[in-house]
Amino acid sequence: MAKKLDKVDVVTVGVGWMGGIVAAELTKAGYKVVGLDKGKEKDIKDYLHTHDEVRYPVRGEGYEKLTNETYTVRNTLEEDARPIRDKSTAVIGEGIGGGGSHWGAQTHRYYPYDFEIRSKTIEKYGEEKIPENMTLQDWGITYDELEPYYDKFEKMAGISGEPDPNYPERSDDYPTPPLKKNRQMLLFEEAVKKMGYNPFVIPAGTLSEQYTNPDGETLNACQYCGFCGSNYCEYGAKADPVMTVIPTAQKTGNFELRTHARVIRVLHENGKAAGVLYEDTRTEQEFEQPADLVVLTSYVFNNVRLLLLSEIGKPYNPEDGTGVIGKNFTDHHGVTSSHGLFDNEKFNNYISTGAYGMAITDYTGDLLDHHDLDFLHGGQIEARITGNAPVANNIVPEGTPQWGKEFKEKSLFYANRFLMIFSQKATLPYREHYLDLDPTYTDANGDPLIRITWDYSDNDKAIHEFIQEKHIEILEEMGATHILAYPMPEHFSGGLAFQHNSGGVIMGEDPETSAVNSYLQTWDIDNLFVCGASAFPHFSCTNPTTTAAALTYRATEGMIEFLKNGGQLVEAKSQKNQV
Amino acid sequence: MTENKDANQKNESDNQEEVDLSKRQFIKTAGMTTGGIVGGILLGSFISKPFKTEKYEPASEDSHHHGSGSHNTFTEAMQFFTRSEDLLTLAAATEIIFPEDENGPGAIALGAPYYIDKQLASPWGKNTDDYRKRPFLAGESPLNRGDTMLTGLRKLNEVSQSKHNDIFDNLEEDAQIEILQSFEAGEIEMNLVSSAGFFALLRQLILEGCYADPLYGGNKDMEGWRMREFPGAYMSYVDTVEAKEFVKKEPMSLSDHM
Repeated sequence: MAKKLDKVDVVTVGVGWMGGIVAAELTKAGYKVVGLDKGKEKDIKDYLHTHDEVRYPVRGEGYEKLTNETYTVRNTLEEDARPIRDKSTAVIGEGIGGGGSHWGAQTHRYYPYDFEIRSKTIEKYGEEKIPENMTLQDWGITYDELEPYYDKFEKMAGISGEPDPNYPERSDDYPTPPLKKNRQMLLFEEAVKKMGYNPFVIPAGTLSEQYTNPDGETLNACQYCGFCGSNYCEYGAKADPVMTVIPTAQKTGNFELRTHARVIRVLHENGKAAGVLYEDTRTEQEFEQPADLVVLTSYVFNNVRLLLLSEIGKPYNPEDGTGVIGKNFTDHHGVTSSHGLFDNEKFNNYISTGAYGMAITDYTGDLLDHHDLDFLHGGQIEARITGNAPVANNIVPEGTPQWGKEFKEKSLFYANRFLMIFSQKATLPYREHYLDLDPTYTDANGDPLIRITWDYSDNDKAIHEFIQEKHIEILEEMGATHILAYPMPEHFSGGLAFQHNSGGVIMGEDPETSAVNSYLQTWDIDNLFVCGASAFPHFSCTNPTTTAAALTYRATEGMIEFLKNGGQLVEAKSQKNQV
Repeated sequence: MTENKDANQKNESDNQEEVDLSKRQFIKTAGMTTGGIVGGILLGSFISKPFKTEKYEPASEDSHHHGSGSHNTFTEAMQFFTRSEDLLTLAAATEIIFPEDENGPGAIALGAPYYIDKQLASPWGKNTDDYRKRPFLAGESPLNRGDTMLTGLRKLNEVSQSKHNDIFDNLEEDAQIEILQSFEAGEIEMNLVSSAGFFALLRQLILEGCYADPLYGGNKDMEGWRMREFPGAYMSYVDTVEAKEFVKKEPMSLSDHM
């Protein structure tokens, strides 16, 4: 029997970036917020000894344990899904701060084209350019409407960067200057400028200098220590909810954080959320937490799963395209990467940060003409300095065996002579790609796991071919003596190298084709908001956190408005021209 | 098993002065349990390599008699493996995959076999944090990592016996390479796990054993890092990040920060 607790104003399910932002903004506004997180508490004292390749990136300390629950994957509707079993292949943040405690902190904004992708594509190329089964949708918001919230996120997180010359002027500079350029970045910059591209230093939440944010939280200067992307930052130099929004919420006195609290259901009746049912993972004692406002902030998989388990919203049906919960799921791990080996250079490859490098966006969005191309959107090209941690980085020229004498010799020689060119590509949605509940596999409580049905599309493959040619041209211009251009895997395996998934609770203007409005308020239940990349109708080229956080900052204004006056914040529109 | 070869190797080993008493004791034990002295001798030939920098000074005559030896090697014993022949097979395979050469030590001297033993004894070796709920579908292995390694190592010997009439670590290098290649290619039929799956785990563990922070028992004296000019667990490179030339740094481990 669940123990019923006293009602609070707001309850968040998960306390990572999105839950932290909601907690900070709502507690500052005077509301009582309870944050429930199924993982553990942590603070910077836990971060001091993390320069350990095996424990962090290889074994995945900081990732959620899969002992009790995971997700399942299949490529097509006809297949049986199999569970992802190995914890180290499922990069999902654990504990408070979630993935925000060990992210690479690459913080690009999405492009104006993204938010109106269907309209702009039709306007320029006609509707026939969009494949019949590609469920491309406008987001129900424009870049200009979201811009102030990008700025708000960047200032809270202290982002270090410089403007991307290809995209609209920013309303303000990045709060801190770009990271320092190393030898590899200078080589890339020189080469791509000669080729006519517009390089810029990748914006990053690993700060170039000490910074105090508008909430009064101080972040320190990055030390380029090389243990970043999967590690916690012992310097407090990485924007992390644990260092920013969570203490901001705690300082108000209005925030109560409960860890080891795994939410099982959203409770609702008569179209109104009553609160959530959760269990203490240590005792299995169940609690009912009533609240005026329920906010799901627990990554794509769990946001969708909780709605489906709680029977909220109409589940998506891939056969006829009806329903919304689970719709437009995309996976964004199908990156294109190429290595250049430089026999006559020796780099300090051991020096890096999580998102260290330079990028060009000349082949993103609609900056390139797609009339004669067999794909939509495109990919960013990055020279990424990812470090050369020795277990994971053994780069050898093509044709070299992967073990034995020659492997050892060459992997040692090239350890400081490689450079990676990397493309994150836009991943567009398809009718047959979605999330639902698995018919076979369950969690420790017997509730079905979330099931992914997804595979690489022709669009993904076409961008890959196109962009990898550019990688090769750039590496040649840079003087690489060997170029390793890695092919795309044939099928999606379900492993996550980082935490880039989106969709399933997508935003839009029409309740027939979207689950939430532009304030991330569900169409079905006014006092239920679902925050995170689950709201993206498609995945653009770059990392999701910045856009998810900007949408969440905007959503918090909607939540405050709702708590004052109630009701739907956006009037639903029926859009017959949407898929 | 060739008796003459055994005898010769035993004599060679006896002449090696670096072999300390604790190792000798272990060698004898290992030799007995593998059904002959051969395995023990081969083990002796790897553990006697000079990969220790710090000599253990016995506190008293007494400890010397107990065979604690001149090197502190207390952590070099079996936590996971129960048959020393499995550890011997593993050691032979690690050295083929990551051999000693002019660049520096191989997997054995770096401590990779003992690293692997410790990892397999850990919760990770038992897949404690993984989803293990049945059913396992075609292509999935129901074995945990420890059992995968045991199954694979024993299969290595089985294949060696059937092809060359001898155990794996007695084979010539070329024959060992050929067998490992057939495992890597998934050509060896195995029960409940693929030979390619076993090989991938083996290779991963060997790289870890050569390059992990020495706190786990591999990468002896940071020699793995030194070969690659990888500095290990430094706290800051802010002064070096903009250097145009390569900057070589003496490595540091996590224990330097304790």
